[in-house]
Amino acid sequence: MVMIETASLLLAIPFIAAFILYIYAAISSGQRFNKWPAYRIALWMLGTIFALLSVAGPLAKRAHMDFEAHMLGHLFLGMLAPLLMALAKPMTLALRALSVKYAKKLARILRSRPIIFLSNPLTATILNVGGLWVLYTTDLYMMMHQYLWLHLLVHMHVFLAGYIFTISLIYLEPTPHRYSYLYRSIILVIALAGHGILSKFIYANPPAGVPPDEARAGGMLMYYGGDAIDIVLVFLLCLHWFRASKPQTTISQAT
Amino acid sequence: MANMNRTDTSSHMPDFSKNLWAGFMFGLGLVAFIDETVFHQLLHWHHFYDKSTTNIGLVSDGFFHAFSWFATIAGLFLLADLRRRESFWLKRWWGGMLLGSGGFQLYDGIIQHKIMRLHQIRYNVDIMPYDLVWNITAAIMLLIGIFLTFQTRPGATHKGVTNPLGND
Repeated sequence: MVMIETASLLLAIPFIAAFILYIYAAISSGQRFNKWPAYRIALWMLGTIFALLSVAGPLAKRAHMDFEAHMLGHLFLGMLAPLLMALAKPMTLALRALSVKYAKKLARILRSRPIIFLSNPLTATILNVGGLWVLYTTDLYMMMHQYLWLHLLVHMHVFLAGYIFTISLIYLEPTPHRYSYLYRSIILVIALAGHGILSKFIYANPPAGVPPDEARAGGMLMYYGGDAIDIVLVFLLCLHWFRASKPQTTISQAT
Repeated sequence: MANMNRTDTSSHMPDFSKNLWAGFMFGLGLVAFIDETVFHQLLHWHHFYDKSTTNIGLVSDGFFHAFSWFATIAGLFLLADLRRRESFWLKRWWGGMLLGSGGFQLYDGIIQHKIMRLHQIRYNVDIMPYDLVWNITAAIMLLIGIFLTFQTRPGATHKGVTNPLGND
C-alpha cells in the first residue's frame, strides 16, 4: 500500500514551492514595473488551494478508499486548478521577473520544438483525455494505490496534462505557435466528448477494484463536474474569437 | 457622395450563412439544454445511463452533448457578432434555430432513443404516446425551420425588395 502521508508530502511540495516563487516574482517585479494585479495572485492562490486539497489532507485521504472522493480530487487537480493557475499568467510573470538574459533563455525554451509539440491542442488532448482513458480502463488505477512512484506519476501527469491542455486551447499568454480558433474549437469539442464518453463508460464499467455504486457516483460527478469547468473554457475561447473578429469599422461609422 | 452612399447600403446585406448558423447552433444547444434540465434533472424521466445502450450510442451521445454545450455559447457569440455588424436577420435566424432544435430532437427521438437505445423518454409507462409527441413536435419544428430557411434564401425577394435589411 502507498504511504498516504509520504505521497501527500511529495505531491504538495512542488505546489507550495511554485506558490512561494509566484508571490516572490509578483512582489519583486512589482517594484521594477507596474504592480502585478492582485486578482492574478488570488487566482494563483485559489488554484494552489484546489491542487493541494486534491493531493493532501482529508479529501486525498478519502480518495484512497472512495472513488467519488477520488474523482472530486481529480476534477480539482486536472481541471479546476490548471484553469485557475493558467488565468494567473505565470509565464508572463516569469518573463517580467527574470533578468533580460534569463527571460530570453525562457522565451527560447518556450519556442523550442518539444514545447511546440506539447502545446499542439491535439497532443495536449491525447495526453490529457487519453491519459484518463488509460487510467480508468486498465489496471493502472488499482496499481496506482500499490506503488508510490505510480501514484506520484499519475497525479503529476493529471495536473500537468490538464495545464498544458488548458493553455493549448486558451491563449492567455504570449504563445509563439498559434493555432486557428476553428481548429481549437474542434479539438475542444472532441476532448469534451472523450471526457463525457469516459464518464458514462466508468458508470457502466467500474475500474478494477471499484464497487459499482461508487463507480456510478464517480462517473456522474466526472460528467457534470467536467461540464461545469469546460463551459468556462468554451466561453473564454468564444470570447477571444469574438474579440479577434471585431469588424474594423461598423456600418454606422462608415455611412 | 450619393454614389458612395449607395455602395455602402448595398454592401449592408445580411450574412445569410452566419444568420442561419447562429440560429442553428443556438437551437441545437437549447434543445440539448432543455433535455438535460427538464427531462434528466427536474422530471427524472431520462436516465443517465441505460443498460441497453449500444457503444455507438455512447459515442453519439458524447459528441452531441459536447457539441451542443459548445454550440449554445458559440451560437450566442455569433448572434452578438451579427448585432455588432448590424446584419442580424431575425427571420432567417429563426429558420436556423428551428432547423437545429427540430433536427436534433428528431435525431434524439428516432436514432438515439429508438435505434441506439440510449435511454427512453420515460420508464414504466406506455412509451408510445411519449415517442409520438416527442417526434411529431420535432418534425413540425423542423418543417417550419425548412420553410423559413427557404423563404429567406439568397436571391429571394422580400416584399418586393432584395435586401431585407435595407430599411435606410
